[in-house]
Amino acid sequence: MSKKKSTEEYQKTFAFRFFRWLSGEKDPYSGKVEMHPQKEYQPDPEAALRREKEHDAIMDKVYDTEHNKWLHLFHRLYQATSILFCLFLIALLLVTVSHLPAIGSVARPVNNEVSERYIEKGLEETGAVNIVAGMILDYRAFDTLGESHVLFVATITVLILLRLNKTEKDEADVNDRRFEPKNDAILQLVATFLVPVIIIFGIYIILNGHLGPGGGFSGGAVIGAGLVLYLNAFGFKKTEQFFTEKTYKWICFFSLSFYCLAKSYSFYTGANQLHSVIPKGTPGAILSSGLILPLNIAVGLVVACTIYAFYAMFRKGGF
Amino acid sequence: MTAFQVILMGLLIICAVSVSFSKNLLNAILIYMSFSLVMSMLWICLESPDLAITEAAVGAGITSVLFFVTLKKIHAIDASEPDAEEEKENE
Amino acid sequence: MGPNLFTNYGEAVSAILFCIGFTNLLLQTNLIKKIIGLNIMDSAIYLFLAEKGYIAGRVAPIVVNGVTSTEAYINPIPSGLVLTGIVVSVSVTALMLSLTIRLYTRYHTLDLDEISTQLKKEGK
Repeated sequence: MSKKKSTEEYQKTFAFRFFRWLSGEKDPYSGKVEMHPQKEYQPDPEAALRREKEHDAIMDKVYDTEHNKWLHLFHRLYQATSILFCLFLIALLLVTVSHLPAIGSVARPVNNEVSERYIEKGLEETGAVNIVAGMILDYRAFDTLGESHVLFVATITVLILLRLNKTEKDEADVNDRRFEPKNDAILQLVATFLVPVIIIFGIYIILNGHLGPGGGFSGGAVIGAGLVLYLNAFGFKKTEQFFTEKTYKWICFFSLSFYCLAKSYSFYTGANQLHSVIPKGTPGAILSSGLILPLNIAVGLVVACTIYAFYAMFRKGGF
Repeated sequence: MTAFQVILMGLLIICAVSVSFSKNLLNAILIYMSFSLVMSMLWICLESPDLAITEAAVGAGITSVLFFVTLKKIHAIDASEPDAEEEKENE
Repeated sequence: MGPNLFTNYGEAVSAILFCIGFTNLLLQTNLIKKIIGLNIMDSAIYLFLAEKGYIAGRVAPIVVNGVTSTEAYINPIPSGLVLTGIVVSVSVTALMLSLTIRLYTRYHTLDLDEISTQLKKEGK
């Protein structure tokens, strides 16, 4: 039987102090050791500057491209190797070309049954006089849809890369026209006459895409060039009245989704022996060849907007 | 037509080589523009009018304009030199 | 050497153009000239494809007077392919040029060697 100790007596024992230390209730050294609160680290600006200078000096010495003998040697070697490689490539390709079947002859593997089918049945099946237009907008229309989307994605990527916010945009606008006459009379007069002609020519190319050379891509590029000329002559203030980011957004949205829906419909009804309700019309008339004309218009709109958007974004980082 | 094609192809090679050796960026771009123009004439000789019209509008027009705007943006063209405006009139 | 080197002069020219563009890509340090070199390579490939479809003595594939026999027209497939390629090459060029502008605003030079030296100096 151990005798029960009183609290005061217990507090004097070693065990009490040990457990107290163990549970961390009391630090045995507190009050006995001299301690200071930790100071916040303050960088020495001079030392930092010195270190930076040393770093720069070392880097200048390490990457001293002017006086590096080995680098020069490597450059020479690189140039010689690449020229040799290209000469070798030319020789290789020329030997290959010399073994290819002769140009202009009919008996080449390219002229197979696919192109025969396109030429013989193209007019009948697509209604387009221009077989190339019938091919890229009817037989291979999904290809062209992907291409329009490539243009759209390229515009978006350029927008991401070159976008400026509002204040930067104003600044860029001021810088952009600093060295130019703001209203060049000659340019404006020429543009007044040329822009309508260019745009009408572009519309003509688009609308006659199924009847002759041309189509959405070339016509759209011509219209875009006309818009760019107008923009150069009259400035952003004038073009913003009819072409803004919103216009671009809606035109691209409607054109691409129209293309997608129209072509999906045509594919679903054209396949599986289902009857397509879209009339082919008489070949040679402007309203003929089924969906090719509207698809050309959609592609042309996308291309024209894309080209104008490229130019505007390169010029001032936004529409 | 064959002699004409050979001349055009010679022009193509001359243009491509002189792009590589021209010191001035503006000259290089102008030469590249003429390269595209020769190319669009060659498409006519190869019986592809679709390509010719597209190349003339896109290759010689739009691409060169984009190059010119880039040069202007990076201040490689001196302010006193004529710049992109002339090119758009060719369209 | 095969027999057709001088008959296929168009394809030979396209091979030479391709190599000139490739040399430009390898040897030029200026970014704009590199982009032009890439465009020349593009054009060379298009020329090669179009030469493939060309048949001597035939006309462009636009139906005239309702004649739809294979003997009358050249092969339309390469034209369609090249048409796609030309437009895609424009968007690629625009993308590369915008990247060039971004590099210039960051490093104030168009020389690729200088840009890479500056990058290494910054320790990235």
